[in-house]
Amino acid sequence: MDVKEVEVDFGTQEHAKKLKKKGKKQKPKRGNNPQKEIGETKEGVEKAETDEKPPEMHFPPTFSVSEIKNKQRRHFMFLKFKQEKRKEKLALKKKRKKERQALGDKAPPKEVPKTIENQRVYDETTVDPQDEEVAFDEGTDEFSAYFNRLTNPKVLITTSDRPRGRTVRFCEQLATVIPDSHVYYRRGLALKKVIPQCIARGFTYLMVINEDRKISNGLILSHLPDGPTAHFKMSSVRLRKEMKRKGKEPTEHVPEVILNNFTTRLGHSIGRMFASLFPHDPNFVGRQVATFHNQRDYIFFRYHRYIFKNEKRVGIQELGPRFTLKLRSLQKGTFDSKFGVYEWVHKRHEMDSCRRKFHL
Amino acid sequence: MAESSRLCSVWVGSETGILKGVDLAKKQAFNYSDLSTLSRDQEVTALCWGDDFESEVLVGSVNRTVKTFSTEKSRFTEFRHCPGGEGPFRGLAVWNSSLITCVESGLLKVWKEGSLDSVEIPVGPDVYRMRQSPSQCHRVATGGKANDLKIWDLQRPEEPVFRAKNVRNDWLDLQVPVWIRDVQFIPGSDKVVTCTGYHQVRVYDPASPQRRPVLEVEYEEYPLTALSLTADANSVVVGNTHGQVAIIDLRQGRLLRCLKGFAGSVLSLQCHSSLPLVASCGLDRFLRVHNTQDRQLQHKVYLKSRLNCLLFSSQDKLQADGETALQDGVKEEDVEEEEDEVWADMPTVTDRAGGGKRRNESEGEPQRGAAPRRTGKTNSATQAKKTKGNTTGVTQGKKTKRKLRASS
Repeated sequence: MDVKEVEVDFGTQEHAKKLKKKGKKQKPKRGNNPQKEIGETKEGVEKAETDEKPPEMHFPPTFSVSEIKNKQRRHFMFLKFKQEKRKEKLALKKKRKKERQALGDKAPPKEVPKTIENQRVYDETTVDPQDEEVAFDEGTDEFSAYFNRLTNPKVLITTSDRPRGRTVRFCEQLATVIPDSHVYYRRGLALKKVIPQCIARGFTYLMVINEDRKISNGLILSHLPDGPTAHFKMSSVRLRKEMKRKGKEPTEHVPEVILNNFTTRLGHSIGRMFASLFPHDPNFVGRQVATFHNQRDYIFFRYHRYIFKNEKRVGIQELGPRFTLKLRSLQKGTFDSKFGVYEWVHKRHEMDSCRRKFHL
Repeated sequence: MAESSRLCSVWVGSETGILKGVDLAKKQAFNYSDLSTLSRDQEVTALCWGDDFESEVLVGSVNRTVKTFSTEKSRFTEFRHCPGGEGPFRGLAVWNSSLITCVESGLLKVWKEGSLDSVEIPVGPDVYRMRQSPSQCHRVATGGKANDLKIWDLQRPEEPVFRAKNVRNDWLDLQVPVWIRDVQFIPGSDKVVTCTGYHQVRVYDPASPQRRPVLEVEYEEYPLTALSLTADANSVVVGNTHGQVAIIDLRQGRLLRCLKGFAGSVLSLQCHSSLPLVASCGLDRFLRVHNTQDRQLQHKVYLKSRLNCLLFSSQDKLQADGETALQDGVKEEDVEEEEDEVWADMPTVTDRAGGGKRRNESEGEPQRGAAPRRTGKTNSATQAKKTKGNTTGVTQGKKTKRKLRASS
């Protein structure tokens, strides 16, 4: 029964198409040929009816494109279905636009489309700028020495053991981007032994780029005297030579730092961590800026050089490496994965169950 | 303000030095500290009840001061400096109106009321926890890193009553390291349960001839930082540095269930003395109250600082009844006062001091006997709320269970 009905419509469709576009689909007709007689006659009947403008596709209510067993026909039907949908959508849009124009000033305001950022579940740990307790907490945390201008950052960049060329080059480029940073080769040393030596030599940060199968995939950022250690998953690493329209090498000028969208308490801690990587007073002469942009718990790092063409227009040129980070854990104290206490650990099954909930 | 502190069912000490009281029924948190005089060296490291009626909270800070906070008056009433030894407080307790303090360097002191002299007991270096036995207040257990469990009797401070022995060498013939993070006395017997930094939960029995642990259970791979016995003393709730919390059965030595929802290290856990609830706090700045029977998260409160320690009061009324409860209370009171005259002739077991509302004692007694209290103390204040609390608590529990079934 169903098969017959399908064939009938198929016939009308195919015919309708023929009327509109000449000789496009010969193949489906060939597929149609081995049909039952009854189907054929019905088709013939339908032909006459559809000589004028073909009506809208009337599918029987129980019909669905997925019930057709023949892949070619099913694919064809699906394309037709999609085209119809598109047409309907365009028609609706036009209609709405006309209505809007007709109403003129009285038109209702344009609806804002829902995005995941719009629909974000409100996080109760979002920091209120006037909150005294949080201000006190931040004012006396591990980064207070930097923010009170008592120390200057000094960064040690290293990798996991036996790094490959790409990672080595990435470390070198990072060292040009972060002022006062030094790259050291990791000779299979244990981090727990490296850390006291760094503290003795006055380093404030330890950055370890982890590498797996020639690709950098992790970053451990440890604030040195006794500060928190953040472990990130790193992805989309692009070196300078892979940048399109990149400019000259980054210069020695201290860049400005932009931290976007770190709203929650955890986000604040991570934002402060990134901010204390760079010295306090940026050299505006250098016109360089490092951006840490947080969106949906992913942190995008970009390094640009900007120039103001006039008061309102800026030209930017991307220099330097770019990478994307995702926080895996924040541990209180210097690097100690076994016995350290964790302030935040990413638990996929508990935290990622809602698509609209973010933690940074 | 005074009202609020009386209703607070959980007291939490934070890293910023603020004492917070949380009223779970109304889901409100109050800070009981002066924000202008805060400093990091006031970080709260130990909390304990000042008296049996849970009307005073003793707050121990990093700068070695012990402050007494009165829940009735909502302010700090006393201030005491306890020098000697090094490191923050690892345990606070009260015995016969004298204060017992233990610091990290291992100096356990019993401070007599009012005077500055104290009885000192060296407990061994690197102490991580000192706890007082709830049934025998003169007994104290201590343990730490490379410092095995010792049970001290304060009346005979020269030598510990029980000194634990380390387990046998492992399969490589290496000494198994010891790092006790938390200790609890099991009520109803002499036994002590500890959790270690090497993810072991051990039960010691001083009454038995062996000094080695009677039971050992391992949980996950991270140091266990907090331990608490459930209201029926058969199982124990443990939490580790990764925010994994589990309920372990002590009779069989196996994992019963896990509690979910923690994002950071759990620094302190406490079970309610009669209800199947456990309160937990940690570095992720949240206070959570879970139901130990069905693993549901009942309350979650954001308390903007990292939380170091907590105290769960034994109040029974923790559900949000709001005004209806008060009305019910008033009506029931009238009815009961008539009956009370009949019961008033019956001899009472405990003396009721203070506490305005009188309740049905006979109703109260068997119920109390049924649920073994973890603390041997008799709280008149809690008794006053006991029967009312119990009945509503029970019905509430049923209601929630029904709701859960319907939703599932």
